[in-house]
Amino acid sequence: MSVLVIAEIDTHGLKTATRSAISAAAQLGGEVHVLLAGENIQGIALQAKEIKGLSKILVADSPEYAQGIAENLSPLVRQLAADYQTIVAAATSFGKNLLPRVAALLDVAMVSEVTQILAPRRFVRPIYAGNLNATVAAPVGQLVLTIRPTTFAPAELQGGAAEVVAVASTGDAGKARFVSRELAVSDRPELATAKVVISGGRSLGSKEAFHATLTPLAEQLGAAIGATRAAVDSGMAPNDWQVGQTGTVIAPELYIAFGVSGAAQHVGGIKDAKIIVAVNTDPDAPIFKVADYGLVADLFTVIPALQSALKG
Amino acid sequence: MKILVQIKRVIDYQVTVRPTADGRNVETAGVKMSINPFDENALEAAVRLKEAGLATEVLAVAIGSAANQDVLRHALAMGADRALLLETEHTLGSLQTAKALKALVAREAPQLVLTGKQAIDDDAAETAQMLAALLDWPQATFASAITLADGVATVVREIDGGQETLQLNLPAVISADLRLNDPRFIKLPALMMAKKKPLETLPLAELGAVEAPALTLEAVNEPPARPAGRVLGNVDELVAALRAAKVLS
Repeated sequence: MSVLVIAEIDTHGLKTATRSAISAAAQLGGEVHVLLAGENIQGIALQAKEIKGLSKILVADSPEYAQGIAENLSPLVRQLAADYQTIVAAATSFGKNLLPRVAALLDVAMVSEVTQILAPRRFVRPIYAGNLNATVAAPVGQLVLTIRPTTFAPAELQGGAAEVVAVASTGDAGKARFVSRELAVSDRPELATAKVVISGGRSLGSKEAFHATLTPLAEQLGAAIGATRAAVDSGMAPNDWQVGQTGTVIAPELYIAFGVSGAAQHVGGIKDAKIIVAVNTDPDAPIFKVADYGLVADLFTVIPALQSALKG
Repeated sequence: MKILVQIKRVIDYQVTVRPTADGRNVETAGVKMSINPFDENALEAAVRLKEAGLATEVLAVAIGSAANQDVLRHALAMGADRALLLETEHTLGSLQTAKALKALVAREAPQLVLTGKQAIDDDAAETAQMLAALLDWPQATFASAITLADGVATVVREIDGGQETLQLNLPAVISADLRLNDPRFIKLPALMMAKKKPLETLPLAELGAVEAPALTLEAVNEPPARPAGRVLGNVDELVAALRAAKVLS
């Protein structure tokens, strides 16, 4: 039986995360098809034909699919699902919004944020923000999965020769309307996907000190700025900077924690960083247990020293 | 207009979670439990809508054992008017929860269902969308702002790389992100008042059939530990180490 991957399209075309979902789908066995739903997407369909391992592209080109509205997309996926054993999407904000709606329409207990496929019905997924891994088995019947894109390499954009088939629109459900979308245009990268993240805890002292101390270093490193829950709770940093179980889970190449004690819920959100650096005056702070490199020192002396060392 | 807020009792976010000795589940014995943080954002949003005169009643609902009375009292202290425990000894999956809530929506007829974007235990982020599908209502997940006017909810959603704004015809289901608000601290008088508010218990079985397929949890493991790190002497050593690891240029 075949697998249907639900593609995500943005202003740049097909998202890389969709190609990760195609790689995951290929591990399940059977043919891999992809659904491209959007408006004026013929060009993207031609581009997607080249993706390795893909045998068919279903194209639903219609205005009601232009903005990824789940209320419009879910009836389309439900209708197409009759021909598939498994429905897969990447666990992006698009996939996480749409697939549970599809799963309920199909009466399927879905598996979200899969990081490992052990067998066609057995999966590993992180729980408690990655502090633990759960192995789950799905019951017989159709499968609905979202996969974590960072753990499956994207399928190559060459070597494929998929057939392109048009599918009819299921129309506008008339329940939700798209108003606007504002994508952050910042000199600094987005927290969730930044290669370098520096973060601060409550020991920064004040909102002013938090920004004045971390911003110049972040700019020098091209880093995103994160914060602990304690720093957010005490008003030093905005809510969307929070790193951890109750904030954003990140996996940068380099994470530098300044004055962060290392509470369990914070550590859960940084575990997949390649290199973790901790700077803290308390040698017994739990953050040192997960750090690759530690400095038992005052962040207010380390940061200027780091800035001049990076200049040199 | 009535707002139904679904809350979940989970291991407190500050607790270090561990697998049980047999590696089949998560250890909850002797562990501090609290309301799921995102559900607090949902509750706060509902209470503010009532305070603004846009809602008439806030009903907080939890599904689980009698132990859930503590989080329901918390919800009442935050400003919910009434609390309901759908009592069951079983642990429900997302689809089962959504079906139970659908049956409850038929009884209570809310115009808006609010809940957290995900529970910090299983991190599934599924229930709100599933409930919306079962009810054939519109949904707005990961909400960071909600305004209500003329039977329409205008919702700002957190999406990858930014935000988007949707308009939903009520009734609707909305799931709350952390940015939606800062939940209030509960003061003693509110806690005392909460004790006088109604907390009803209804056996889940009385809601009728909520049969649904569910996943089987086979094992819970700690992820591989990170290799032991090194404490360095100064910033120059750190910069050299980071350059050697090719994470700094």
